[in-house]
Amino acid sequence: MKLRPFRFSMLTLSLLIPAALCAVVLFLLVYSAPAISFSGFGFLTGVNWNFGDFDNDPVLTRGMMVPDGASYGILVFIAGTLLSSAIAILIAVPLSIGAAICLAEAVPAKLRPALSMLVELVAVVPSIVFGLWGIWVLIPLIGHYLAPTGNGYGLLAAGIVLALMITPIIATTLLDALLQVPKENRESAFALGATHFEVVTKAMMPMVRATLIGGIVLALGRALGETMAVAMVSGGGFNILPTSIFSPISSIASFIVNNLDSAEGDPTNMAVRSLAEVALILFIITLAVNAAAKLLTSGAFHVRKRQH
Amino acid sequence: MSASASTNMPRAARSAQEIRRVIFSQIGWVLCGVALLGVIGPLLDIVGVVAFNGITAFSVKLFTTTGTGMSGGLLNAIEGTFIITLGAMLITVPIGVGAGIYLCEYGNNRLGAAIRFMSDVLTGTPSVVLGYFSYIVFVISLGWRFSVLAASITIAIIIVPYLARITELALRQVPNAMREAGFALGATEPVVVFKIILPGAASGVVTGALLALAISVGETAPLIYTAGWSASLWHGHLTHEPIGYLTYVIWTAFEQPTSQAHALAFAAAFLVMMVVLVINIGVRLAVRRTKFV
Repeated sequence: MKLRPFRFSMLTLSLLIPAALCAVVLFLLVYSAPAISFSGFGFLTGVNWNFGDFDNDPVLTRGMMVPDGASYGILVFIAGTLLSSAIAILIAVPLSIGAAICLAEAVPAKLRPALSMLVELVAVVPSIVFGLWGIWVLIPLIGHYLAPTGNGYGLLAAGIVLALMITPIIATTLLDALLQVPKENRESAFALGATHFEVVTKAMMPMVRATLIGGIVLALGRALGETMAVAMVSGGGFNILPTSIFSPISSIASFIVNNLDSAEGDPTNMAVRSLAEVALILFIITLAVNAAAKLLTSGAFHVRKRQH
Repeated sequence: MSASASTNMPRAARSAQEIRRVIFSQIGWVLCGVALLGVIGPLLDIVGVVAFNGITAFSVKLFTTTGTGMSGGLLNAIEGTFIITLGAMLITVPIGVGAGIYLCEYGNNRLGAAIRFMSDVLTGTPSVVLGYFSYIVFVISLGWRFSVLAASITIAIIIVPYLARITELALRQVPNAMREAGFALGATEPVVVFKIILPGAASGVVTGALLALAISVGETAPLIYTAGWSASLWHGHLTHEPIGYLTYVIWTAFEQPTSQAHALAFAAAFLVMMVVLVINIGVRLAVRRTKFV
């Protein structure tokens, strides 16, 4: 076989990407292994997260030295993550469908590039700027008009901020798909006497349904892992499951970023290891959701091709 | 808006059902318009609020003095963001462009598909997970502590997949005839790639690098436990020295009750937002037709 140094060096560079991914999974797994065996399955079902008492001597619990009273359960954070993302999807889906239809069909062609660029720009605003806006504008609004307690921080605020952040993902995916619907389908619907809006909703939307679902799942993956904005507006709920949309919550991601400071004080290091397990679980959840999105969008591609 | 083609046909009075359909359609359009405003409105409000509060907080001292993140200036934070981003780009550009070259030129096989898949997975991984990975590996296990190197590598892991993807897409736009012409003239593989294909796709690659830069300036979560924070200027140590950055100021100053701290947070947010928006708007205006992201 001929030696190809150039090809080989490019291959080496590109293999660094899978290597980084494998390293992330491997090191999180190795580092959190003691925490996994300490907490077992209760990690996922436990409601209480307690770092324990760092000042007292560590005690032997289930064969391991951990701080006195330490227990690690993340059900509250899983609930916070899923609920805030669910609210975000509920708000974002109608918003982005409406926006995409408007951009594809109602806006003059001259204005479309500018307006769709504005929609895309929503996606690039850094998470922390969304969080800042959330605290400054959204939280007072919710606290003043909606929340019975007068405190705007909580599940609803997190859901709304997340919704704004993921809307452009769904809207641009849908817009691209709508613009690709063959002319013939639109024209035949018009010829049958449908109003313009009926053409969109009854002839075009069914054709792009699979792409739309793929975009929604992709957006869900983004919402589940969003960190800073949620950490700033969610109220940092701890050890109590949310009871209303105004309850303070923590998502998995915001919990990690808020609590590593405290975890560093643990002399047995079990807290930092448990947080590594939290990160690992967040990775697995987003991986599953993104894989689902990928399957859905590739399936959608087939459907479109067949109809051409 | 060439709506119904049937309106100029002679016809009897509209039936009740037709009227209902037309009314429903009109309501539908109004709702869609409201939705579009609901998407764009908050963006304009964010830009407006941050720009107003940020610019009113600007002063000469803000850019010439260092600060603690809660008071004082932003010089150390601006310098830190610049250095972390520069470090991340130094790592990212060779790897991302190299990976893009491999994937486009030689990656049409199983191995290429596997690399592409892993790259997509890395793109979808929450940045806080990558930050935590860097914390346990670089900061703790390797003992670098909070440092520029740990921060830059973390950011690089986040943006390399983007750059690789965009580079690959840009290289694919270069017509095959140019490759063949190069080989026909007796050029070797590296010559064809670096002298013919890469210059032909330069605008796409630069686009990718700029978008990656914008991401790196706006990141927060992966930096909190890798860069740490420093209230003084950088002393030039790659490891064992924490460094400040702009997004940290937003994160910390806003938890303070004073309006001074809030003004500082807005000033930092305005700087970050301007960099991100200017890059993204510029790139989109420059390459209107090609859609990479």
